[in-house]
Amino acid sequence: MTIGSDLNIILPEIVLSVFALFALVGAAYAGKDKLGPLLVWVTSALMAAVGVWIGMSGDGTNIAFNGMFVDDGFSRFAKVTILLSAAAVLLMSQEYMARRDLLRFEYPLLVALAAVGMMMMVSAGDLIALYMGLELQSLALYVVAALRRDSVKSTEAGLKYFVLGALSSGLLLYGASLVYGYSGTTLFSGIVQTAEHGQVSLGLLFGIVFLVAGLAFKVSAVPFHMWTPDVYEGSPTPITAFFATAPKVAAMGLFARVLFDAFDGAVADWSQIIALLSLLSMFLGAVAAIGQRNIKRLMAYSSIAHMGYALMGLASGTELGVQAMLIYMAIYVTMNVGTFAFILMMERDGAPVVDIDALNMYSKAEPGKALAMLVLLFSLAGVPPMLGFFGKLYVLRAAYEGGLAWLAVAGVVASVIGAFYYLRIVYYMYFGEEREALDRTNPPVLWGLLMISAVAMVVGIVNMFGVEGAAAAAAAVLVN
Amino acid sequence: MSAFAFYLFAICVVAGGFFTVISRNPVHSVLWLILAFLSSSGLFVLLGAEFVAMLMIVVYVGAVAVLFLFVVMMLDVDFAELKAEMAKYMPLALLIGVVILMQFVMAYGAWETNPAADGLRAQVTPVDKHNTEALGAILYDQYFLLFQLSGLILLVAMIGAIVLTLRHRTDVKRQDILAQIYRDPAKAMELKDVKPGEGL
Repeated sequence: MTIGSDLNIILPEIVLSVFALFALVGAAYAGKDKLGPLLVWVTSALMAAVGVWIGMSGDGTNIAFNGMFVDDGFSRFAKVTILLSAAAVLLMSQEYMARRDLLRFEYPLLVALAAVGMMMMVSAGDLIALYMGLELQSLALYVVAALRRDSVKSTEAGLKYFVLGALSSGLLLYGASLVYGYSGTTLFSGIVQTAEHGQVSLGLLFGIVFLVAGLAFKVSAVPFHMWTPDVYEGSPTPITAFFATAPKVAAMGLFARVLFDAFDGAVADWSQIIALLSLLSMFLGAVAAIGQRNIKRLMAYSSIAHMGYALMGLASGTELGVQAMLIYMAIYVTMNVGTFAFILMMERDGAPVVDIDALNMYSKAEPGKALAMLVLLFSLAGVPPMLGFFGKLYVLRAAYEGGLAWLAVAGVVASVIGAFYYLRIVYYMYFGEEREALDRTNPPVLWGLLMISAVAMVVGIVNMFGVEGAAAAAAAVLVN
Repeated sequence: MSAFAFYLFAICVVAGGFFTVISRNPVHSVLWLILAFLSSSGLFVLLGAEFVAMLMIVVYVGAVAVLFLFVVMMLDVDFAELKAEMAKYMPLALLIGVVILMQFVMAYGAWETNPAADGLRAQVTPVDKHNTEALGAILYDQYFLLFQLSGLILLVAMIGAIVLTLRHRTDVKRQDILAQIYRDPAKAMELKDVKPGEGL
């Protein structure tokens, strides 16, 4: 077999990384940071274009590089979600970063390279490929977290993320080595065969536990979530928005990929681990966010809770569960893009405001934006007419049909608790007491993304824009 | 003979690791770490992986350990205080350590490999080629994609180091070679007729 056909399969990744390389050299020689704003637009457009290209092209399952890279319906669904959300968030960041003199030309390129890593993650067919993709992504994220290097908080965020991330990578590698020791191969297709013979051995189970612990860190599932609030708070807000969207989809995709492709024979074993992670994440996310006044920390706990729901889909271990997880992640990303567009617009005298008290009577000054935020918050909380409710409904149904009725019940309880802190923001916006008003700036990109995502939450209930069918097809490929 | 060598190296690795953790002087810690690296490269030789053994010495002892040494000497870290902090958590850490150790004993006690594992593992180690050649054949052929990816990872690390540390200072004078070349006496010098008894 020639390498040409393999390269053809990974063409989207090659296009994105070659662009990053050329842009890096070009910008370093010509103009440096003056090219930053332009590069943000170009990178964002390219990522969106590659996303659409992947979405339109290709069908069936293509395997490249001796099974290390798998291009199938599942990976394509995840890649489209990752690329589109990364493009949207990058676009959102341009104005904010430029105004604070943070728009170095390396920033969009690091995001592009992180996207390449995420694409590798969801396409991984081998333990080493998994680790490589994960490290490429994480390393770029550590850097952008600390991008505001004059700020102690941003540096702390980057360092904390880096140290804990390195620890979790260590756990993951240890798990991978145990799995390799048991099965004699790092290929998922080989591991799944060895796990099928008879019952799962204790050593393999140990390996799975460590692997899951490492991956749970990346999706910030409880009890591996400690880094999340600090990193979300310390990083510049557009980068927080990035953390909350594309990397989560990639990590969940990788999670599903490993569990179903490599350990399909041990569903009963890992399902209970995932169920516990899911339960703890949902409750901690719901309860701990109540005390938060800082909206970035609040969104961190909110993302922990949402990861709990997405994991619930995985825990059921069924095709419906994977479909539910994919739909949930697609909806979650859309909601978060809109919510962070709103948070980026929260400014007073040009300085960012993160205190939720500042939103008091916001509806009076900005009825349109307040209404959009109301829709998004209702959707995040899972209040019925909005799209977020259907996402939750899907995972709850998957859990119930997968024999985890207790988890579904717990999910409902946690969502009721969690609704409190979302609705409290709505309360402030509509019924609070008047305070010093926020700036009334409406950068077109942020305003547009906020409105699009809010409208999507309402209009999407008609047919979910076809995501349902695509997710079903993707899940069918993964679970067979 | 090889059993004796194995136990010698293995004991040295464990002892090196142990003293790295407990020694008071950080420089001693690094030296113990070097012992651990050297002994583990000895273990690799025993396994027949000469190339990895040499890499271990060149990269870990030659570069990483020396870098550690520099960091330890240059950074002003109060190790005594760090140790005191550590001591507070010692009981909990010991408890967790013992629990994990017991779990490992259980896991390895019941260790079994998949019957096909040995065959699968042997697939990638050809008998008729020497170490370096075999590694090269696999690395640039079968693992081509991952090799390229690790290049990208290193690039990201490099960009990261530059983005986070490079500062363009404007308050220092830099050498401008072009300006130096284009200097001529007419621009650089000025002749003044100094009158006696007066200054400039």
